[in-house]
Amino acid sequence: MAGSGLVLQLQKQLGDYTTSLFNEGFLDDQFNQLQQLQDESNPDFVVEVVSLFFEDSDRLLNELAKALNYQNTDFRKVDAHVHQLKGSSSSIGAQRVQRVCIAFRNHCEAQNIEGCLNCLQQVKQEYTLVKNKLETLFKLERQLLAARRSSFPM
Amino acid sequence: MAQSFIMESCNCIEPQWPADELLMKYQYISDFFIALAYFSIPLELIYFVKKSAVFPYRWVLVQFGAFIVLCGATHLINLWTFTMHSRTVAVVMTTAKVLTAAVSCATALMLVHIIPDLLSVKTRELFLKNKAAELDREMGLIRTQEETGRHVRMLTHEIRSTLDRHTILRTTLVELGRTLALEECALWMPTRTGLELQLSYTLRQQNPVGYTVPIHLPVINQVFGSNRALKISPNSPVARLRPISGKYVPGEVVAVRVPLLHLSNFQINDWPELSTKRYALMVLMLPSNSARQWHVHELELVEVVADQVAVALSHAAILEESMRARDLLFEQNVALDLARREAETAIRARNDFLAVMNHEMRTPMHAIIALSSLLQETELTPEQRLMVETILKSSNLLATLINDVLDLSRLEDGSLQLEKGTFNLHSVFKEVLNLIKPVASVKKLLVTLNIASDVPVYAVGDEKRLMQTILNVSGNAVKFSKEGSISMAASVIKPESLREYRTAEFFPVPSEGQFYLRVQVKDMGSGISPQDMPKLFTKFTQTQPLATRNSGGSGLGLAICKRFVNLMDGSIWVDSDGLGKGCTASFIVKLGFPERPYETKLPFAPKVQGNHIQTNFGGLKVLVMDDNGVGRSVTKGLLIHLGCDVTTVGSSDDCMRTVSLEHKVVFIDVSMDCYELASRVRERFGKRQERPLVVALTGNTDKATKDNCIRFGLDGVILKPISVDKMRNVLAELLEHRVLFEAM
Repeated sequence: MAGSGLVLQLQKQLGDYTTSLFNEGFLDDQFNQLQQLQDESNPDFVVEVVSLFFEDSDRLLNELAKALNYQNTDFRKVDAHVHQLKGSSSSIGAQRVQRVCIAFRNHCEAQNIEGCLNCLQQVKQEYTLVKNKLETLFKLERQLLAARRSSFPM
Repeated sequence: MAQSFIMESCNCIEPQWPADELLMKYQYISDFFIALAYFSIPLELIYFVKKSAVFPYRWVLVQFGAFIVLCGATHLINLWTFTMHSRTVAVVMTTAKVLTAAVSCATALMLVHIIPDLLSVKTRELFLKNKAAELDREMGLIRTQEETGRHVRMLTHEIRSTLDRHTILRTTLVELGRTLALEECALWMPTRTGLELQLSYTLRQQNPVGYTVPIHLPVINQVFGSNRALKISPNSPVARLRPISGKYVPGEVVAVRVPLLHLSNFQINDWPELSTKRYALMVLMLPSNSARQWHVHELELVEVVADQVAVALSHAAILEESMRARDLLFEQNVALDLARREAETAIRARNDFLAVMNHEMRTPMHAIIALSSLLQETELTPEQRLMVETILKSSNLLATLINDVLDLSRLEDGSLQLEKGTFNLHSVFKEVLNLIKPVASVKKLLVTLNIASDVPVYAVGDEKRLMQTILNVSGNAVKFSKEGSISMAASVIKPESLREYRTAEFFPVPSEGQFYLRVQVKDMGSGISPQDMPKLFTKFTQTQPLATRNSGGSGLGLAICKRFVNLMDGSIWVDSDGLGKGCTASFIVKLGFPERPYETKLPFAPKVQGNHIQTNFGGLKVLVMDDNGVGRSVTKGLLIHLGCDVTTVGSSDDCMRTVSLEHKVVFIDVSMDCYELASRVRERFGKRQERPLVVALTGNTDKATKDNCIRFGLDGVILKPISVDKMRNVLAELLEHRVLFEAM
């Protein structure tokens, strides 16, 4: 039938991309769990949660950048933010971000400003990466959906 | 007289006649010798008879001996009678004479009997001699025959030791010439036309001139008509091989036919006795000016040799034939090999071309389709939307066409290979259903799917092509139906029932680790007329008139499906009761059972499968307290998925404000003051049975957390990350036992 080849192709593309994200450690099983929660009654669950994550993380990263300076760093506050970030990232399965957060917290406990700043850099990097990846993933999903919808020329 | 009377007085006897001294002397001597001889003869006889073992007539001998002895005695005694002798001597003499007379008479009488016997012995002896001579002759004959036989064997051996036709014939002539001491030996072969005999081989002449004689000469016919060697006249054309000088008497000539057996004459069971028509002529000439004649055994020899030659020639012919066939085959092989290589090159070139074109064609197609679909999602005016949809439809159609053609050409030359992987079979059907549902609902067709219980969830095979096939078949059902319903059914064929599906081309056999899936799609559409049936699966033919061709598709679909199905060791067929009566498309394919259940290529379960479990938490009111927005949403989503009625709060105060007896469970994400919150909740509701259970969600695995939870009276602790299944189990456990402490 018309378009089914394209649908299958896109599906394969999506599958391959997702697999690569898992293989490269950007996502872990928690993301799977999120996907499982998505159904007809809740069709955009994953996108919503991930958007929430992006908002939250953007805010937290800003806060962290502000809080970390060489003069008087309130490590407890920093730790609280990182804790939040860690929580969010683990909730959606952003594995690499979560791992950096754990290291970040250790530096906070040790009150190591250098380490903290390094970790901040790292966490920003990882976050940006995973954000781009997830956005690409959603784009592919949208394409697939569109292809499915228009796969019958009637 | 007076003397005698005087004598009487002295009893002496005087001789009758007067004694003449000389004569008397001679008589005396003779008598003596006679007596001697007479005495010696029996002695000799006895001696010689004793010597020889065979003498039947001993009695005769004795008689004869006696006779002779007595004669001898008589003569001996006679010696005394020459002078004055006494009466005694006279008496003795008389006795001897009487005895001798008796014996002689007896002997004479006996000889009458004996002599015939002796004569007959002589006759027998003659007879025996004749017999011996005859035997000698026969011995001579046998020896000659045996020699002939030896010659034949030797000749045959010589002739048959080679498979080369010329050598055979030449050897024949040479050996025959030698054995029979021939002057000349020649072989006349029939020409191609069969009307003449050509002189092909001769013994003495090295290069026989191309003599020919017409084949229908009376002498030749005579020879050909008999399988014996016949004497012919030396003047007949076949025998005149040398210019006759006229001075010599040519030797006798014999001719014999040599059957030439054709290959085609050989049947396995039917020895070609009478079916051969072609003969060669062998002419043998004895030396001239010799008195030699053809003997019977020599003629027999010639006949036998002629037969052997025929057999040897046919063997040589067979060999030639097979050599020729082998050479021909070799040439053909070389040619075929070349052709194959050329074909392979052509295929490779075509495949390369296709691969390139494939990629080149697909890329822009993909861009068009992707971008058009993205365009669809933007803000468009209705006109624009219509245009974009048309673009999308057309490009999808084109993409499919390209795919189909490329697939088909790969299928045609067998270079398409199925991919093998484990996939979710049930979801394939559901995906197809999802794809055709929109169109079907527009046409108000009811689509149902029925998967039998014995169809495994996971199977091993080519998921993409199986889906393509199912989609094609069900898509056709939708396409050609204007109303009614479409039902898809999938089942597994039991091994016992496999036999029912056998056709001329399809022979399913049950095998370990594999099963045959049967898919049937029934529709109530336009049906197929009997005359269109055979063309269904052929490329590019459509059963609808051109006017309705806007239904899309190029007519390749079923052809491709058939090839896919065949590749999967299956069979596809369509049944229809006729035009307007709908049709049922069915196919069977062979799939494998997966080794490990739930092994899947994709790391996530496709959404269609989901975990649509019966949630018996219908409407269970729960409260979720988490100060992390993301975590809150996730937990909320989780619990909603399980059918709970979820309220979320972000702070302890909000929590205390919202919590009530309606909430059966309160999930608190562990953070700094969660323990305090827990105690406050417990305080509020005390120990009542209906109080909400307080459960902590934490990612910490240390014992301290657990101890704290217990100390502060929490009803449970759950470790994050929480999967759907885990949450389900947790809720079930909590509601049943009202407490849950997961092993840390």
